[in-house]
Amino acid sequence: MSQSSSPAAPPVPETAAPPPAAGTPYASPARPPLRRLARAVLPLVVLVVAAVLPWSTVDIPGVFDGPLNSPGTLQLLALCLVFGGLAAGYDLLFGRAGLLSFGHALYLAVGAYGVDILVTHAHWPLWAAVPAAALGGAALAALLGSVALRTTGIAFAMVTLAFAQVGSILTQRDPGGLTGGEEGLPMDGSRLPGFLVGVANTVNLYWLALAFLAVVAFVVHRVDRGPYGRVLAGLRDDERRVAVLGLSPYRFKLVTFTLSGGLAALGGVVYALVVGGASPALAASDLTLSLLVMAVLGGPGTRWGPVIGGILYTYLDQRLTSLGGTSAIRHLPGVLRAPLSQPLFVLGAVFILAVYFAPGGLAGLGRRGAALTRALGRRPVPDRATGTTDATGR
Amino acid sequence: MGTVVLLALTGLGLGALYFLIASGLSLVFGLADVLNFAHGLFLSVGAYATWWAGGRLSGPWGFPVAVLFGVACGAAVGGLVELVLIRPLYRRPTEQVLVTVGLSLAGVALLQAGWGADPRRYPSPQWTQKVTRVLGADVPNDRLLLIGVAVVVLAGLLAFLRFTRYGLVIRAGVENRAMVSALGIDVRRAFTLVFAIGGALAGLAGALGGVYFGSVSPGQGASLLIFAFIVVVIGGMGSVTGSAYAAVAVGLLQQFVNYYGTAGAGDICVVALLAVVLLVRPAGIAGRAAT
Repeated sequence: MSQSSSPAAPPVPETAAPPPAAGTPYASPARPPLRRLARAVLPLVVLVVAAVLPWSTVDIPGVFDGPLNSPGTLQLLALCLVFGGLAAGYDLLFGRAGLLSFGHALYLAVGAYGVDILVTHAHWPLWAAVPAAALGGAALAALLGSVALRTTGIAFAMVTLAFAQVGSILTQRDPGGLTGGEEGLPMDGSRLPGFLVGVANTVNLYWLALAFLAVVAFVVHRVDRGPYGRVLAGLRDDERRVAVLGLSPYRFKLVTFTLSGGLAALGGVVYALVVGGASPALAASDLTLSLLVMAVLGGPGTRWGPVIGGILYTYLDQRLTSLGGTSAIRHLPGVLRAPLSQPLFVLGAVFILAVYFAPGGLAGLGRRGAALTRALGRRPVPDRATGTTDATGR
Repeated sequence: MGTVVLLALTGLGLGALYFLIASGLSLVFGLADVLNFAHGLFLSVGAYATWWAGGRLSGPWGFPVAVLFGVACGAAVGGLVELVLIRPLYRRPTEQVLVTVGLSLAGVALLQAGWGADPRRYPSPQWTQKVTRVLGADVPNDRLLLIGVAVVVLAGLLAFLRFTRYGLVIRAGVENRAMVSALGIDVRRAFTLVFAIGGALAGLAGALGGVYFGSVSPGQGASLLIFAFIVVVIGGMGSVTGSAYAAVAVGLLQQFVNYYGTAGAGDICVVALLAVVLLVRPAGIAGRAAT
């Protein structure tokens, strides 16, 4: 697989940009070295900025309720980062491999409830409970995936939905008093290490969420860059061709399903720590639908689209609820006020519009904007070639 | 004996509800290849419309008229959704699913904005709350009502598919859409029709489901929809009779296991049944055929 890319990349040696070489190998010839460097370094810069953010006391009125380092803002940001990572992990299935799963919430719930039950009921130390919950999620994904992947397309979507429904029912029925039923299971704080408990330590949870997002972004990036990622793109575009090349589509899909399930379980663990427990809403099919909305709004199959989609969606979902009470909304006539105070109505409507008018999501909008400025003649011809390869190669 | 009869009739009543939802879903899927997540919304619309009209009408004919109103609303919403939202996206199945997902999120939120998230008491007529003695068991009348309506709907749908021109087009379209188009028939009109039928049946299910559950709430459709999906997959997508068999099997299995096992075990058994059917017969009981 790696041979096919080598003729496309002669001018700039692969070693030019050190750790994460920029962009896709297909797009390398005409891109100026400076932009490649920028693409490679920019995520690291963003990561560093995000990591030092809690030391800032800047107050952004209207965007956040308190200064950036206040516990409320940090918790909101941590939640956004967790869902950014979860959406990126889900996009491994949806955007990369073209598998439309409606049961992703199940693995998230396994992670969240798993770590919660192990710590609160079984009194495990956290360092042992976290890998157990994450690996448990991956194992369950491997098991259920091996059944569900015997079907394709819509049937696959329905089967994953049905499996996840079992998880949702189980968490609500509270078998053996394990899951706490409708109320959810609050995490027993006294059994957690001290630096993760208490309002003053919200900043540590924020860093934890950031670390989770970085791990997911790294994994997705490695998948994208390697031959494995190209097989996935092949599966999405034409499964038969992959089979003709002598590769087993079933095995590749199962590995992806397991990896994605494991990442979701890890995200569930981090979510349970950030929120301080697990609730049945985590296992509901609506949560999978929101992950799907996040990935599509951000731009499925793109490098940063799902992450941005997840962060924005979570932010809007949390903020629109409080926005519903502001004076700007309260003075509207009732016909407008009632729907606008429902975050899901706004998000659902935006989502429908995005499916029609912005098929590539936010990432696609950026590329279209770039194509537009190029078409207006501000850049010479060779760069236009980059634009087209950039739009197709992922 | 009495318990078994009561459980069987309750299970059949539940199965009748599943059938009303699944038959429309199955036709929509079989003909237009649309996995319709908004079907639960059609159901909720029908339920709320019936609830709204039922609260304003009285007299012996008040409730039937309210149900008719609910069915009409479901049909109108179904047809409109197809015309406005789904039609521009044919041949792009993923986008269609996404649009129906967005619609189900936004629509349920809209109902919630209008009438609140809490369940509303349903204006069921008096006689549905009484019981009838069947083979030594006191069976609530609402179960019998559901079963009766489902049997009439099944017969009506089969007659429609078998003896009318549009039924012929739908059956042919489920089997081979390209061929029907090649013969010069506008399949897309049949799409709208199927969506409207599906919406009407979902509206009926919502109206009668309100009687069965005693209340309406915005999320009711979504929770029934998942089992309707399971019924559609087990029955074979596009098949009305397959849906009927599968609905009966799922309803009975769920009811009996939930009663004799622990609560919730029946729901899990249904999913296990789905897994077994998929492993043994991936195309469902009936395969792909419209009747």
